Amino acid sequence: MCTLAHVFEAAGLATIVLSSIRPVAEKMRPPRALHCEFPLGRPLGKPLDSAFQHDVLKRAFALLDRSEGPVLEDHPEVIQSAGVEALSCPLPPRHDPALPASVDEAQALRPAYDRAVAAAGRTSVGRVIGPDLVPDALAAMARIAEGTAWNEAGLTADPIQVVLDIRSYYEELAVELADGPPGPWAAERWFFDETEAGKTVLAARRAMKAAEAPFPLWFYMAPATRS
Amino acid sequence: MNDNDTAMRAHAATNPMPEFDDPAFVKPRPLSEATVAIVTSAALHTAGDTGWGPNADPQFKVLDSADRSLQLAHFSPNFDRAGYAADMNVVYPIDRLNELAADGTIGAVARHHYSFAGNQDETVSGIRLDTGPRAAKLMIEDGVDIVLLTPV
Repeated sequence: MCTLAHVFEAAGLATIVLSSIRPVAEKMRPPRALHCEFPLGRPLGKPLDSAFQHDVLKRAFALLDRSEGPVLEDHPEVIQSAGVEALSCPLPPRHDPALPASVDEAQALRPAYDRAVAAAGRTSVGRVIGPDLVPDALAAMARIAEGTAWNEAGLTADPIQVVLDIRSYYEELAVELADGPPGPWAAERWFFDETEAGKTVLAARRAMKAAEAPFPLWFYMAPATRS
Repeated sequence: MNDNDTAMRAHAATNPMPEFDDPAFVKPRPLSEATVAIVTSAALHTAGDTGWGPNADPQFKVLDSADRSLQLAHFSPNFDRAGYAADMNVVYPIDRLNELAADGTIGAVARHHYSFAGNQDETVSGIRLDTGPRAAKLMIEDGVDIVLLTPV
């Protein structure tokens, strides 16, 4: 973002960066930056909070009043992501014990996912697999967790992107099922700590690491601090 | 407790970064007369469009201002995704800009906005020398005065 700010400014456009990593803004010195110590992935700070988002924009646009730069100011509010509890979101009871638990779970949650998409009018599922293939992908993850080589388990795309689709499927339906806006990382914590799908993905990731699969392919299946 | 944000911020601060000598500083027209565009690095694209390649793909997508179908295609698992799922404005504040245009705070919302993928290589030469200048040219041709950059 700081690079683009310099490029755009050189072309004659006035720019304002909502900075998310302060040392980067300090080093790269974009013309105008409002540093927002908010959860990564939420540059405007708070979903479903129009007043807060307008406050961020008001402070950002105020930087245009300066006659010279670079300008780096801080939004006065810090939003912590550490210590936020997992989203409170009910999970379905076991339906078909013959299936892997994560496959059974994903199938049972499909109506909730469909409601979420209908309510939002959009979905980020579908980069490499659509919602119909999420159970199959979880079955492949379960096979990897049990020792099948990652490239022989039946995945239809690389595991990083498959997991992003699985995670979006779960996180989007969780947002629909939960009360109010999700706290920072609360849906991620719910997915990896509480759902069978998340546990299966982490088990597959550990199995790939143990089998010495290529580092990026297993490492980026989950946030860096996950094990 | 998993605190991925702290770990990612510490890691990012150690990455090599390009330096810009004698940077430009543009004085725009008054905000109430200015046209504002959003440029995000969240790798947003229209539903059904193809996304970005996995390795520092410098391409950008042009987003129609009325499009609310946008998919989040960023490759990194290391940021909160549920905020966007709940409210796209937390990444891409298009409804907020429309409100600011309606009340006269800004002159107008641009017809098009632009999306890059945040995972670029250390040199950022692709966006610095090629796709960034091309996006700037499109914005200038479109009458944009001010660019709000939102990172993911």
